[in-house]
Amino acid sequence: MSILIDRDTNVLVQGITGQAGAFHAEKMLEYKTKVVGGVTPGKGGDTIHGVPVFNSVTEARQTTHATATVIFVPARFAFGAIQEAIDARIPLIVVITEGIPTMDMVRVRRKLQGTGIRLIGPNCPGLITPGQCKIGIMPGYIHKPGRIGVLSRSGTLTYDAVYQLTQAGLGQSTCIGIGGDPVLGSGFVELLQLFQDDPDTDAVVMIGEIGGTEEEEAAKFIQTRMTKPVFAFIAGRMAPKEKRMGHAGAIVAGGKGTAVEKMNTLRASGVTVVDSPAAIGTTVAASLAKSPTVRV
Amino acid sequence: MKLHEYQAKRLFASVGISIPRGVVAATPEEAAKAYETLKRQCLPAPRILNTFSESTRQAGAVEGHAFACNVKAQIHAGGRGKAGGVVVATSAAEAAACATRLLGMRLVTKQTGPDGLPVSAVLVDERIDVKHEWYLAVTLDRFHATPMVLASAQGGMDIEEVAVTMPKAIIREPIDIEQGLSPAQLQRIAAAFGCQGQLAEAVYKTVRGLWALYDANDASLIEINPLVLTADGRVLALDAKVVLDDNALFRHPDLAALRDPSQEHPMEYKASQIGISYVGLEGNIGCLVNGAGLAMATNDIIKLCGGNPANFLDVGGGANVEQVTNAFSIILEDKKVSAMLVNIFGGIMRCDWIAQGLLNATQTLHVNVPMVVRLQGTNVEEGRRLLREAKSLNLISVGELEDAARKVVELAR
Repeated sequence: MSILIDRDTNVLVQGITGQAGAFHAEKMLEYKTKVVGGVTPGKGGDTIHGVPVFNSVTEARQTTHATATVIFVPARFAFGAIQEAIDARIPLIVVITEGIPTMDMVRVRRKLQGTGIRLIGPNCPGLITPGQCKIGIMPGYIHKPGRIGVLSRSGTLTYDAVYQLTQAGLGQSTCIGIGGDPVLGSGFVELLQLFQDDPDTDAVVMIGEIGGTEEEEAAKFIQTRMTKPVFAFIAGRMAPKEKRMGHAGAIVAGGKGTAVEKMNTLRASGVTVVDSPAAIGTTVAASLAKSPTVRV
Repeated sequence: MKLHEYQAKRLFASVGISIPRGVVAATPEEAAKAYETLKRQCLPAPRILNTFSESTRQAGAVEGHAFACNVKAQIHAGGRGKAGGVVVATSAAEAAACATRLLGMRLVTKQTGPDGLPVSAVLVDERIDVKHEWYLAVTLDRFHATPMVLASAQGGMDIEEVAVTMPKAIIREPIDIEQGLSPAQLQRIAAAFGCQGQLAEAVYKTVRGLWALYDANDASLIEINPLVLTADGRVLALDAKVVLDDNALFRHPDLAALRDPSQEHPMEYKASQIGISYVGLEGNIGCLVNGAGLAMATNDIIKLCGGNPANFLDVGGGANVEQVTNAFSIILEDKKVSAMLVNIFGGIMRCDWIAQGLLNATQTLHVNVPMVVRLQGTNVEEGRRLLREAKSLNLISVGELEDAARKVVELAR
């Protein structure tokens, strides 16, 4: 098993005729992901990599029974594309696009309320259930099917961590990049809950970074609700405050935005915090080897 | 992107937020003229100057009953008052003298760093008799994905300090993006300021104006510190700070045109123009990385291994040979750099392309600092082969990140 996606997930690609959309649709197909359709307004009726292209998400959903969509459209059109996916009631929306205005995401979050639709991203690499389904831009071959869940605010750092896990013989149940923007569709907490409930995930690796309070909220959740071991790395101890966090950020966080604060909070909540980004795989492997309850 | 105070105040005026009368000046002559203009506008009403508040006293004593102005250096940083960037002038000649002193200088405040920021304009503002100072801002509550009002009766102070020492002194009101602020919310804010009746109405107008500006211009922060109650009973924004969401500038070309590169770190600005994220740091190890998270982690591991990074640099997701060359030239402009660490995790970006880019860049730019290259991911073998075969270079190829960090720290010593 896994969370959110598996071999039966039917995927639409919004922006499939664009450069990035076309490139990654092909890579997803190579990974045996069921890419059932693409959407580009005005290009309906075409096919690309053998995949039918539709004019609208609603039309694509009716024909293909898609259960997920991945959005590659440019930032200035992303709000419209997301809105279309929400209106078509696609249960899982993955937004790869970087540079979406924050207020657009605030509006998206409001529109999502009460719909039960899950949105991952934006500004993220997507998600993958190794060996079954890849929705996004991550290199598929570094992953290996297994029982570790991975959550991250980063792209290449996630690849590095996954690569380390795979090298250490630890496969992954599902790996999710939640995105690097200030307003995200899904946060650590909701996804930690899914991993906690997933019978085929034994432990979670969480990769955070400075800014915001995602990690602090995750710490509270882990302390009170999680029984599975959680490992964390927080990037950005060297980042100068005034560059990364504006005036207002410091007020909102009330001193909670720095890497060291986040690491301390997570440690105090029972999370194993890894100091070195190069030691993620080895730390998880060493710790789980000692744990009789974890099958890896 | 930040705006200057005078630009922010123009936005304030456009939504009916009251501001002091003021004129922006780029030369001493203009400053003198600004003084005369304001004097004409403000008189005949006689102005008796008292010094009610701390900041008013700090700005300098005013003698007699002469018409007084504040000459305020325009830079993208706070802390100007304490750093001598706000000066009182009681005559046109004084206004010109203040401007002569401020214009062209690099003003160092506690927010600017040791190099300071260049002053190329001053705002000549009528001086206000202040009775109370408050803090008012609209910004984003990231976790709840909603804009919010921040308000505090402790105005004029460093708000981060208030947040730490008296967190209860700051009230937060989340804003419903469809409905705006509710009457109850507005009343709570006015009550926090101790305002009733006409004054409360003036506070409501200011708060509504801030939210309107935030919403219409895709701001990430709009702040008034201090918002004041004047001795003659008006509510006035004495200062103005506006930070805009860079991602939304495409729909605000008029605001995007106000970008002032002189207020940005020259290398950071140059990098941003070509799609590279760069932040200068204090150390001597140059870093070239793909991906922001990995770039931060690379800085961290250098520190863990006892070294000091010279920069954060994310070359971007779709980087090509040209982009790698550009990144090199930016890093090497920093003369502190005595060794470099290149850390690439190839996903879509293939390691052999990166290796080729590195080789081209080192040849065209005559790189003479030692370089440690850690390639991992897609086509890594081919990438490492290319580096191995280019024997003439002062370059070490390392597979593991920690080894790479140790090595570069050693070389930088």
